[in-house]
Amino acid sequence: MKNKFWLNVLMAVLVAGLFLTVSCAKKAVVSDAGTVSGAATTEDPNAKAKAEAERLAAEKAAKEKAAKMAAARKAFENEDVHFDFDSSELTAAAKALLKDKAAWLTENASAAVTIEGHCDERGTTEYNLALGDRRATAVKAYLVDMGIAASRMNTISYGEEKPIDTGKTELAWAMNRRAHFAVK
Amino acid sequence: MMKKNALQGLCCVLVIMCFWIPVCHGVTYINISNPLLKKSPIAVPDFKAFSNSAEEVRDGKTAVQILNEALNFTGYLKTMDPMAFLANPAQSGIQLSEINFRDWTGIGAELLITGGVLVESPGNVKFELRLFDTFNSKLLVGKVYTGPESQIRRMIHMFCSEISFALTGKYGVFNTEMAFVSTMDGNKEIFTCDFDGQNIKQITSHKSISLSPSWSSDGKWLAYVSYAKGKPDLYIKNLKENRGSIVTLKGMNISPDWMPGQLKLAAALSFSGDQEIYLLTINGEVIKRLTDSLGIDVSPKFSPDGQKIAFTSKRAGTPQIYIQDIGSGSVKRLTFEGLNNTSPAWCPDGKKIAYVGIEKNRINIFVMSIDSGVPVQLTADSGDNEDPVWSPDGSMLAFTSTREGDIPRIFVMNASGTDQRRLLSMNGKQTQPDWSISDSTREGM
Repeated sequence: MKNKFWLNVLMAVLVAGLFLTVSCAKKAVVSDAGTVSGAATTEDPNAKAKAEAERLAAEKAAKEKAAKMAAARKAFENEDVHFDFDSSELTAAAKALLKDKAAWLTENASAAVTIEGHCDERGTTEYNLALGDRRATAVKAYLVDMGIAASRMNTISYGEEKPIDTGKTELAWAMNRRAHFAVK
Repeated sequence: MMKKNALQGLCCVLVIMCFWIPVCHGVTYINISNPLLKKSPIAVPDFKAFSNSAEEVRDGKTAVQILNEALNFTGYLKTMDPMAFLANPAQSGIQLSEINFRDWTGIGAELLITGGVLVESPGNVKFELRLFDTFNSKLLVGKVYTGPESQIRRMIHMFCSEISFALTGKYGVFNTEMAFVSTMDGNKEIFTCDFDGQNIKQITSHKSISLSPSWSSDGKWLAYVSYAKGKPDLYIKNLKENRGSIVTLKGMNISPDWMPGQLKLAAALSFSGDQEIYLLTINGEVIKRLTDSLGIDVSPKFSPDGQKIAFTSKRAGTPQIYIQDIGSGSVKRLTFEGLNNTSPAWCPDGKKIAYVGIEKNRINIFVMSIDSGVPVQLTADSGDNEDPVWSPDGSMLAFTSTREGDIPRIFVMNASGTDQRRLLSMNGKQTQPDWSISDSTREGM
């Protein structure tokens, strides 16, 4: 009982201290800003240039980071996992790509995704719906094995309903046999 | 409004069966499952206008044209060129005693249809129609139909059903409908039309992807697949009453087929993580799982007696057609030739299964006798051919083909593969026909 009382007191002190720290920090920022703007005309111009350069560098870094993240997301969404004809087995290339997907999903822990299964036009509509279902679930199962929570991924089969390339060539068919990631 | 008028018209037509001449049945003139079937020449001379009015002449011409189109659709009859006719029953008489059958046998007509038209009151027409066997000078069918002029097509098709019954022992296709998928307005939606491609109606407006329509055997329900809620779900819809249910289980809910004579369906669902075929109630509840094999099981089609299903399975590594007894669960593999056989369709005679085979990227329709297991190819060198479905009398198959301009359209052919022709002219792509079994017009007789 006594221990718990002291624990509570300690907690109260810590929380109060936290508040004070936060408010102090805020004040410090405000006063710093005041100093900078007030002294700008009289202080060393080099200091101003330096500050400006730092600000720009930080901005650039932030921009670069954002661009990098956007590119990573774009790659995540645009690079499809491809399959052999009438197969839902993951090829070596597919597995390598799925490692990248897993890395992105780990880095973006709040992202939820839909995995779409697609087929080429050969084969009948219904069979291809089933095949697309298997492709999407095979991809999901692999990512679950790599530690991605199943609850973050759902699957939809589109069968042969949404081809990327409507041509009748081996290349077009290969492009269309895919699992596609869409971030929700 | 349209619906009400059509219903009223139907009632009028249903009241008409006030006269028929007894004829002896028991002889099957034409065996529609014979692949070497020769078409029987049939003569359809002008109808007699009983009171010689312009309306009667006009209605008679309309009826003769509908009759010609319907008879030629069958694949076992061929209407003759009227230029060859030596007699004119419109003048000399349309009854048995008034016909000199040598006028008809002499030009090779094996069958003769005579008709009389009487406009009893404005807009109301009465047809007196007869079918004769010319070589035996015998009346085969005699019927009188009365109804509004708007129902002439329906009356003539009812007579065609009687002709079909007299000649083949089956009522044929004349009062059946087709359901199919069309992208007429951009999205895949479900449509229906009459057996001959006329009278097109749009059934769904999901503005999504809708697929795989399937008629219940009473013709009142349509099951289909739609992405309306974002993924492939199974819709079970009553066409007349605005009710039904949706199966939205996890994964895919696809490829419905109704059990003959019952309001139950088989469909492929993947909620377990594996694509298996289940038996469902009309409310979409699972009654039982039918297949049990790792890998794809899809596209169930009931046998006509409802005891078995044919389906596509990849259990042996490549997609092949299998038959399973629903009661015992015993399974038999049907197809062994080729590496990709899918989309079975069970012939109403119970003995044959049509399916899609892919060889060297060529997609074609085959038919196989269940006993012999020998595949017979029905389409060749004419685009991709998919989605076979039998007419309810087993005399024809409807299917999808890309033979015209690489755009999928619905075609029909005779059961032996002859007379392949396009059924529909409409914008967009048409796929996945399903032929209704019901013949609601005869229910009231």
